[in-house]
Amino acid sequence: MSSEFHTLSKDGLWENNPALVQLLGLCPLLAVSGTITNALGLGIATLLVLVGSNITVSLVRNFVPNEIRIPVFVIVIATFVTLVELTMNAFTYGLYMALGIFIPLIVTNCAIIGRAEAYASKNNWYKAGFDGLMMGLGFAAVLVALGAMRELIGQGTLFDGAELLLGEWASSLRVQLIEFDYPLLIAILPPGAFIGLGFLIAGKNWLDARKREKLAKAPVEKAQRARVTHVS
Amino acid sequence: MLKNMQKNGFILGAFAIAATSLVVATQYLTADRIEEQQRSELLRTLNALIPAAQHDNDLYADCTLIAAPEALGAPQQPIYRSRLDGQSNALAIRATATDGYSGNIHFLVAINVNGQVQGVRVLQHRETPGLGDKIELKKSDWVLSFDGERVRSENDSRWAVRRDNGMFDQFTGATITPRALVNAVRKAVWYGQENSQALFNAPANCYAENPEIAAIDVVEQTE
Repeated sequence: MSSEFHTLSKDGLWENNPALVQLLGLCPLLAVSGTITNALGLGIATLLVLVGSNITVSLVRNFVPNEIRIPVFVIVIATFVTLVELTMNAFTYGLYMALGIFIPLIVTNCAIIGRAEAYASKNNWYKAGFDGLMMGLGFAAVLVALGAMRELIGQGTLFDGAELLLGEWASSLRVQLIEFDYPLLIAILPPGAFIGLGFLIAGKNWLDARKREKLAKAPVEKAQRARVTHVS
Repeated sequence: MLKNMQKNGFILGAFAIAATSLVVATQYLTADRIEEQQRSELLRTLNALIPAAQHDNDLYADCTLIAAPEALGAPQQPIYRSRLDGQSNALAIRATATDGYSGNIHFLVAINVNGQVQGVRVLQHRETPGLGDKIELKKSDWVLSFDGERVRSENDSRWAVRRDNGMFDQFTGATITPRALVNAVRKAVWYGQENSQALFNAPANCYAENPEIAAIDVVEQTE
């Protein structure tokens, strides 16, 4: 049981990360990762939609005939996106204005319908919810990492505009790490997003390759063990 | 076959109804709060341009919708009137610069009865971060350079960026944005001062169900 949750977290956060491995939802990922605040805002919104839609899809999976499952998924996802959009409009108005069209566009994030189809429609609700949570966290983490890279290189700050998401107190979170006479525009403009994402994917692949190499070098030691006490 | 289709249609319909009711309920619950947010956002800007001591009317409510697409950049724009003891003393005009570097720049400009600019604030824009976004007061105080200026004639040549021999600074690496904003502010200010009496007398109709857009008599602008 617990090992299943372990696999789900590992898949969502790393092995099958929606942004770095499945390469889904790139449109919002590339468009709003200009600052950490925007990235975090969209990451949280996507996470909420993913968890909500996964749980709902899983709960109704036994009533929905196979032929109409896709339209039902679309209705479910669109509903959650609208709910999140209205809530953000009401409670985080500044961020809502900053993210603009990308909140309704969460509906087109293929990671969400992908999880509904591939996982939630075949598993019970708490597993589906957990899968949504982990996939959402994985997506949000990549968004924030990319946002931090671009914000730092582009304008030399971190957490610029955090008060839009977290309220007035958060304006003190802003740190100016580097002073530029002239901002490095390429990081802030769309090409910077592509280049940044490229580096993140390359970094992940490099880490994975190194891990594989280590495993390949060490098998002899393992084989010497006579008895396996625990099969995982 | 037919029975199956009926069943599927029924299920799909049920989902649609459930989803719609959920959205309607949320919309109902958040509508007031959303309006409140928009209102307070606008009021903050209005109060920055027209200080509280200058008016005793409700700026937000004393608003008229004006159709002057040429001068204000959009089919209809709200104009807020400031009055003290029944005396009209300033106008806050919402206008749009349509020739920015990337999309429309929406702004608010306040002028007093003498046609002097009290202040300009950019409400919404999508100019390049780091270059064109210096039109925001948060990023640079460039926008304060409008304060106290007047428009002397319809095509007042001083109202341009320095590169075009005007009196406003452009930004390093971004001339299009300030040029667009300077031109749009000039047009809005000229429109406001030429029509100020009519604008002060126009009905407050911004929040009516079906506002009848005031078609005020535009003063003939002679060369």
